[in-house]
Amino acid sequence: MKELSLHVLDIVENSLRAGATEVEIKIVEDSKKDVLSIEIKDNGRGMDEETAKKAIDPFFTTRTERKVGLGLPLLAQAAKAAGGGIAIQSTPSKGTTVRAWFKKSHIDLQPLGDMAKTISALVALHPEVDFIYTHVKEDRVFCFSTKELKERLQEVPINNPLVIDWILRFLKESLNKLSGGA
Amino acid sequence: MGVIKSIEELEKIRDQARELINLRKDNENKTRIVVGMGTCGISAGAREVLMAILDEIKKRNLTDVVVTETGCIGMCRFEPLVDVIKPNQPKVTYVNVNPEKARQIVARHVVNNQVIDEWVIPNI
Repeated sequence: MKELSLHVLDIVENSLRAGATEVEIKIVEDSKKDVLSIEIKDNGRGMDEETAKKAIDPFFTTRTERKVGLGLPLLAQAAKAAGGGIAIQSTPSKGTTVRAWFKKSHIDLQPLGDMAKTISALVALHPEVDFIYTHVKEDRVFCFSTKELKERLQEVPINNPLVIDWILRFLKESLNKLSGGA
Repeated sequence: MGVIKSIEELEKIRDQARELINLRKDNENKTRIVVGMGTCGISAGAREVLMAILDEIKKRNLTDVVVTETGCIGMCRFEPLVDVIKPNQPKVTYVNVNPEKARQIVARHVVNNQVIDEWVIPNI
């Protein structure tokens, strides 16, 4: 993966394959504490303790097409390379929370990348799921929820290409502002 | 763009979209485009491919196309993979797709019904 936002996309896909109907994605960038963290919380079917432990082993997967599962191991590796780590907390039939943290100033930290595209792609492919995206940057917060959006859209599906285009532009501009841009 | 202005724009887009949906109702035969979004697909560039497809559909006002995803199907070295399934036609799988190829697949195959043979999966 070239950027952290692609890991986010990949890990959220795990949540969706676990039957999640609501996924919360939270990014925190804190220069004072020198931390960047990513948290993905879903209400999918969850894992028992043993499975959760095995989830970062690349030679463990629940899929039958192949013998490896690289999503979480790649994220764990990216975190480790940047002075951080990951934690998986899961309860069967309740959901799973994956948290990854990184040393923000670390030279091997991958760029966060294009979160606007990651969120838009998820909404386009999973219109029935609710996504709540919170991005905290220093003392500023941006929050985006597809629940509110769906109400406003009335009967128009959220994955309509015109709507997805609006979401992409809206997120881009909002995230730009969060970074201090105009 | 302020938030309020954005919301106003969204409502305009909603009304615009609604008109297109109404036209769509009597058209049951939709083309499906399926993008491989497993770990292998994503790391090979599937997100940019997906966004290019959606953008092209929007630009061309295509209302009879549905875009969905699939996970890893075990052909990781050919990712990003894109399937085009036209009504009553066999599935066509494109390999090593990039955003530029994706736009052409929409233009040439989805719109003009011409399969781009040289990008289709080799016999394996």
